Amino acid sequence: MSEHLLSLVLFTPLAGMFVLLLIPGSRKDLIRIWANIAGFAGFLVSIPLVLRFDKNAAGFQMVERHDWIPSLGARYIVGIDGISLLLVMLTTLVGALAILSSWSAIEERVKQYYAMFLLQQTGMLGVFMALDFFLFFVFWEVVLVPMYFIIGVWGGPRKLYAAIKFFLYTLAGSVLMLLGILTLYFQHFKQFGFYTFEIAELMKLDMPLGLQQWVFWAFFVGFAIKVPMFPFHTWLPDAHVEAPTAGSVILASILLKMGTYGFLRFSLPLLPKASIDPLVVQILIGLSLVAIIYGALVSLMQQDWKKLVAYSSVSHLGFCTLGIFALNPNGLAGSVIQQINHGISTGMLFLIVGIVYERRHTREIAEYGGLAHVMPKYATVFAIAMLSSAGLPLLNGFIGEFTILQGAFEANRVWAAFAATGVILGAAYLLWLYQRTMLGQITNPKNLRLPDLNLRELAVFLPLVAWAIWIGVYPKPYFEILEKPVAEIVERVRPDYFHRAPVAAAPLEVLR
Amino acid sequence: MNFLELIWLIPLFPLAGALLMLLVGKKLDPQPPSEVAVAPGVQPLVGGRAHGGSDGHAAHGARTKVLISLLCPGTVLLSLIFAVGAVAQLGGLPERIYQVVKFTWVAGLPFFTAGGTAARFTADWGFLLDPLSSVMILVVTGVGFLIHVYSVGYMGHEGGYYRFFGYLNLFVFFMLMLVLANNYLLMFVGWEGVGLCSYLLIGFYFHKKSAADAGKKAFVVNRIGDAGFILGMLLMFSVFGSVRFLDVNQALSSGRFTAETAGFGVLSAMALLLFLGATGKSAQFPLYTWLPDAMEGPTPVSALIHAATMVTAGVYMVARSHLLFRLTPETSAIVAGIGAFTAILSASIALVQNDIKRVLAYSTVSQLGYMFMACGVGAYWVAIFHLYTHAFFKALLFLGSGSVIHALGGEQDMRRMGGLKDRIPVTYWTMFVGALAIAGIPGLAGFFSKDEILWQIYSNPHGFKLVYVVALVTAGMTAFYMWRLMFLTFHGAPRMDAHSWEHVHESPRVMTIPLIALAAGSALAGWIGVPKLWSFLPEGFRTFEHWLAPALSVETAGHAAGEHAGEASTEWLLMGLSVAVALAGIALARELYLKRLERAEALRAAAGPLYTTLLNKWYVDEIYDFLFVNGLGKGGGQALARFDNRIVDGGVNGAGWLTRLSSTLSIWWDTWIVDGAVRLTSFLVKLSSYPVRVLQTGSVQAYALVIVLGAATVFAWYLVR
Repeated sequence: MSEHLLSLVLFTPLAGMFVLLLIPGSRKDLIRIWANIAGFAGFLVSIPLVLRFDKNAAGFQMVERHDWIPSLGARYIVGIDGISLLLVMLTTLVGALAILSSWSAIEERVKQYYAMFLLQQTGMLGVFMALDFFLFFVFWEVVLVPMYFIIGVWGGPRKLYAAIKFFLYTLAGSVLMLLGILTLYFQHFKQFGFYTFEIAELMKLDMPLGLQQWVFWAFFVGFAIKVPMFPFHTWLPDAHVEAPTAGSVILASILLKMGTYGFLRFSLPLLPKASIDPLVVQILIGLSLVAIIYGALVSLMQQDWKKLVAYSSVSHLGFCTLGIFALNPNGLAGSVIQQINHGISTGMLFLIVGIVYERRHTREIAEYGGLAHVMPKYATVFAIAMLSSAGLPLLNGFIGEFTILQGAFEANRVWAAFAATGVILGAAYLLWLYQRTMLGQITNPKNLRLPDLNLRELAVFLPLVAWAIWIGVYPKPYFEILEKPVAEIVERVRPDYFHRAPVAAAPLEVLR
Repeated sequence: MNFLELIWLIPLFPLAGALLMLLVGKKLDPQPPSEVAVAPGVQPLVGGRAHGGSDGHAAHGARTKVLISLLCPGTVLLSLIFAVGAVAQLGGLPERIYQVVKFTWVAGLPFFTAGGTAARFTADWGFLLDPLSSVMILVVTGVGFLIHVYSVGYMGHEGGYYRFFGYLNLFVFFMLMLVLANNYLLMFVGWEGVGLCSYLLIGFYFHKKSAADAGKKAFVVNRIGDAGFILGMLLMFSVFGSVRFLDVNQALSSGRFTAETAGFGVLSAMALLLFLGATGKSAQFPLYTWLPDAMEGPTPVSALIHAATMVTAGVYMVARSHLLFRLTPETSAIVAGIGAFTAILSASIALVQNDIKRVLAYSTVSQLGYMFMACGVGAYWVAIFHLYTHAFFKALLFLGSGSVIHALGGEQDMRRMGGLKDRIPVTYWTMFVGALAIAGIPGLAGFFSKDEILWQIYSNPHGFKLVYVVALVTAGMTAFYMWRLMFLTFHGAPRMDAHSWEHVHESPRVMTIPLIALAAGSALAGWIGVPKLWSFLPEGFRTFEHWLAPALSVETAGHAAGEHAGEASTEWLLMGLSVAVALAGIALARELYLKRLERAEALRAAAGPLYTTLLNKWYVDEIYDFLFVNGLGKGGGQALARFDNRIVDGGVNGAGWLTRLSSTLSIWWDTWIVDGAVRLTSFLVKLSSYPVRVLQTGSVQAYALVIVLGAATVFAWYLVR
């Protein structure tokens, strides 16, 4: 069993889905219970990954490889390093919580809804585990379908527009990405005489800068749309606004990370010359900085609660891509940590909107106000989520932002200065949102009887709050997990990076 | 008991209190957290939510409420005891420095600077007790404890009692983290944490829009400074490879860095960024505007956070970085200049304000300006000395004003006060001491620290004469507005309505005892820092300077050694001058606001535009709102939102539209051209087949006829040929 641990984690949700399909659609509660069991089981089986993970080992761990389509050279290869490990854990946890949060929100086509969620879980986990480009691409596309249906079937009034926009936009990106993949595939045949999609094999390619740039931009379109980077972000607000709560949570917490993960796992290691090319770096950093400031300013003026959080994602993901293209250990590690943080805090923020949306069926900020009077527990959870998102020390967001700023500062001080303004604006739009919804007097009589969080809803938030505090108070394990994989990427892109001066294990001690 | 080993516990006591209050406090305090505030026009629920309830419940509540009243001040008292113990033991150490590292909090990945050196950004969960932090923890726990006790009385009838104490305890925790941290990053934790508590406590009455607005403003304005702090810290790390105070100081004093006397270098940039952080937290120009608004919070909060402790964090941080600032004389000059400008600007606003707490708020901004002036001229120990005396008299004045507000049932406008002197004598006499102290009357705490600042500015060899003049004028203004406040509040005829006058009452003892304690402090605290000039007093009267000497590398030797006769007489002269200015300020206030109120009116009318400008705080808030809040923030946000909607998303939708258009065109093309060609072909075929079709009738007789005719024709042709 233990040598198939990753496959177990990967296919548990899918197995859960198949069992779910056997339950008659009329037995809604049984379906809900089973879906929650499957979601929770998916999280439980992923815990041994953390226990068995060796943070000192180089390369990928728990690798499984089988032949799959020999005629194409496509194999089933899965394995994880520190980056994947964190994203896999985020996926299993947030996935389980998203399922739990849907209990009373979904009344129509319950069976199909949960089936889509479980299918999507497997798809996302596959993306973070696959070490074969063909397998990766299959999972990448698998994710698209359930989310399309989740938005299109269980979404809001403009769900069809949003779902189709989401699907076509991302599909357009993946087509270009596929071209990039095929280029590598044929290049490999040209250079080595056999066809393969295996990442480790493709990394041996020696390609000229010009070709690398072409492939880089092909990948870029696919990943940048998914992240989404400015100016490819406009599918996001629509998709978020129309998606049901749990759909938004998955979308923000995990789906977007597929894009940043793509940059980390494929663009940088496979195309090192293009990734370090000054023009490429300047364009990507420029887009990241614009996203940070632009996303925050646009958030400031949103009237729709969910849209505000959606644009804040653009700003936060700008930090993540800034960290990646700072191309140094702190930037990359900060980016991964910030991806986890964004998953936690933005996931919470979407859950928070969902709670009142379920009670009031409106997302207009102006409809609310003074909710802290009637929903104190809710107000507390919201405050924690807000502060974590705004990067308050001792909560997770600060560690991510600060580490990214450190990386950016090392690369170019001006970048860090621009990114730091995001810290100010982040506080502004979040506090203003909080004030308009939670503080002041109750201006709308409909809000007078809103019930506070119930136990199930609290249970959804508690693990996320605990995780946010853990990262904020004791982030050391995360840096340790990330040190090796991040160093490997840096080594690959900038071979001379670590050969300049010895790194002290700890800074000089003055006092003992 | 080795208190030094246990300094890490000092912040944890209030943290425990805070967690207890915020998690289970509601069960101890059965009052509603706050009235369900509804806007006018919204029908409140009748008996909807079960708040409080029966008498038996209330009695139980009263008992458990006592628990809160004992527990929360108790945690701070415990911290105070541990702090005193630790400081006493610190005095016994030869080098007066003690560090406790509990664990590594942040351990970043390798960082290569441009110079090619490598380091890891490491921050401990570590604590440093040295003379500087020891002064701070004593001020925080001492004054903090008194204000906690006072709050038991002041907040006793307010909803959300547990929440208030939870936040207040949390504040003390973060403040102690700030001053005890052994590195800049952990200090930043406290720095942001106190900002958070300030936000929560300013917005304590969150049903009021003004309170919620003020809280948000404080947080966001502080964040501007924080961005500077973060960048300064990163720059510091990239230069020194560490952000531990001791590492940084060691690097700075190693001789590797020389003073940046000509122009701005990397050290100046570092110092300026850190100072930007300080201007946010310590409410200096241009980031001071949040502090007066912060008066929306309950008065004990104003006393503790917005007068005695949190707002001095910037001064502490600059003093903590004094080696850096010493190496960047031009930055130091900027610090002094900003301090002087802020001091006189806010003092001028305080001259005409009518809200008793706002006068004190602007006074705080002004006094913080004094502290930065002292930092700017390199007299760091004097800055800390003023911080320490100011904590006493400003906390006293705020708590006293709280007592006045309490007595008047919430009235804060001094135009509706007056004549309270004999009705609330304890409040009056304690505030009297405080007002004399801040005015700089000899013998009281404020005199010693303020006079020392003035002297240090004057005697600085680099020439800060303009700063000196500003500081002196500000001293006169301080005496004037403070005594204007005293006369308007306590003297003259009562100007409130009869009903309020009837209900004026002295505050309970739980509030007056802290007032008396602080008054005693305001009177006596200065006697450990008497001027060098008073050489007739033993050295014990100058303990403060000696205590801080190891931490702040006090270089008053120049002043001390150069005490030739001429300088001594100058110093006596300047001391006399500052006392005279203070007395003149008080006398003028007495003349205008006690003796001849009509003169004040006439003066106000004569100085019309100036008066309006001052009353409107030089319109700085309006300018900021116009430029940044509405202009850059909302305007920019709106413009970008439109841009996003129309252009960026418009592009996507346009692409969709183009696709649909081309699809429509294609359909047209396909239907009419491509398929048209097919159909045309078929049509042509059909057309060309038409003549044939005429023949092809399917009628056997017709075919037979044609065959017969054809055969006949062929046969005929054959015959004819």
